[in-house]
Amino acid sequence: MANTAALTGINGLRDIRRSPASHLAPALEAGSVPGKVVLNEGPFQTMAGIRVDPRSEEGARIAAVTGGLPARCGDVTGTDSISVLWLGPSEFMAVAPEQAHDSLGGNFIGSLVEALGEAPGQVVDLSANRTTFELSGPRARAVLEKGCALDLHPRSFTAGTALATEVGNIPVVLQKTGEESYRLFPRASFADFLGRWLLDAMREYASPEVP
Amino acid sequence: MLLIACPNCGSRDETEFHYGGQAHVAYPENPNELNDKEWAHFLFYRDNPKGIFAERWLHSTGCRQWFNMLRDTVTYDIQAIYPMGTPRPDLTVRAAPESGTASTAADSTTTGNAAPSISGTSTTAPKGATK
Ligand SMILES: [Zn+2]
Repeated sequence: MANTAALTGINGLRDIRRSPASHLAPALEAGSVPGKVVLNEGPFQTMAGIRVDPRSEEGARIAAVTGGLPARCGDVTGTDSISVLWLGPSEFMAVAPEQAHDSLGGNFIGSLVEALGEAPGQVVDLSANRTTFELSGPRARAVLEKGCALDLHPRSFTAGTALATEVGNIPVVLQKTGEESYRLFPRASFADFLGRWLLDAMREYASPEVP
Repeated sequence: MLLIACPNCGSRDETEFHYGGQAHVAYPENPNELNDKEWAHFLFYRDNPKGIFAERWLHSTGCRQWFNMLRDTVTYDIQAIYPMGTPRPDLTVRAAPESGTASTAADSTTTGNAAPSISGTSTTAPKGATK
């Protein structure tokens, strides 16, 4: 649980924390086309990289904390607030709200470390590794299709799944959160590039469609 | 652009992968007993066939797992994809494909001779990953 005193973070670091695409916020707002495609950078989130054999005892202990571990490519497990994305047969990315972070009064990372114990595997706090772009709207798929070779048609890429792939030639974890909404997780150093790439791909939808 | 069927993720663009060179180059049993020439042969000398070549690939922007592939160096036709640690499949015996995924074990990048024999490929694409 978040406690308000801890929310200020350690030594006030939370106040000066800046998200990797924060400088693009005005551009993302200006470039969004309500009713067609909308892009914004999501809030800070707590992210943990987990490497564990999901069939082992320690895997079961970690699954108990995260609400399951996904079994195969594309799968996402979790609870209302936690998503666990499949990155590999023994590698997972757990995403939780910012307040779940140990420095802000939560114990998400700590409880994962505790669940792993001395067993083989690793739990790493990757909260600053990636940022989150939220792309939504009826044209969101068309925007992604300009730079992603996967079949993003809903018959193949269904809501509630996630794939590690390339978007705009950079590595991205692409999560489909709803029929017309996506979350993209680029590494922080790629946030500026991906934000501008998406804005460019969205630009045509601001103009009237050519019949 | 090659379309490569990762054993874990299904069919993906070649740009998601990294090439790992020739497969089944066994680490010397006793490296200390090798002279410089033999060591150089182990490190640097590789086959360069015209035709079918067994090679290692890494799905670097996907599941980050290694696997082996039989590829025709002339036509780029991918003949078989099989897990690390399993012997090279015999393409003359076209057995029914059986399931297998890249090993998650720590030594999954090494080759071994004691692994169970499989032939054919396991390329069942997971939902959402087909092209
Ligand atoms: Zn893969």
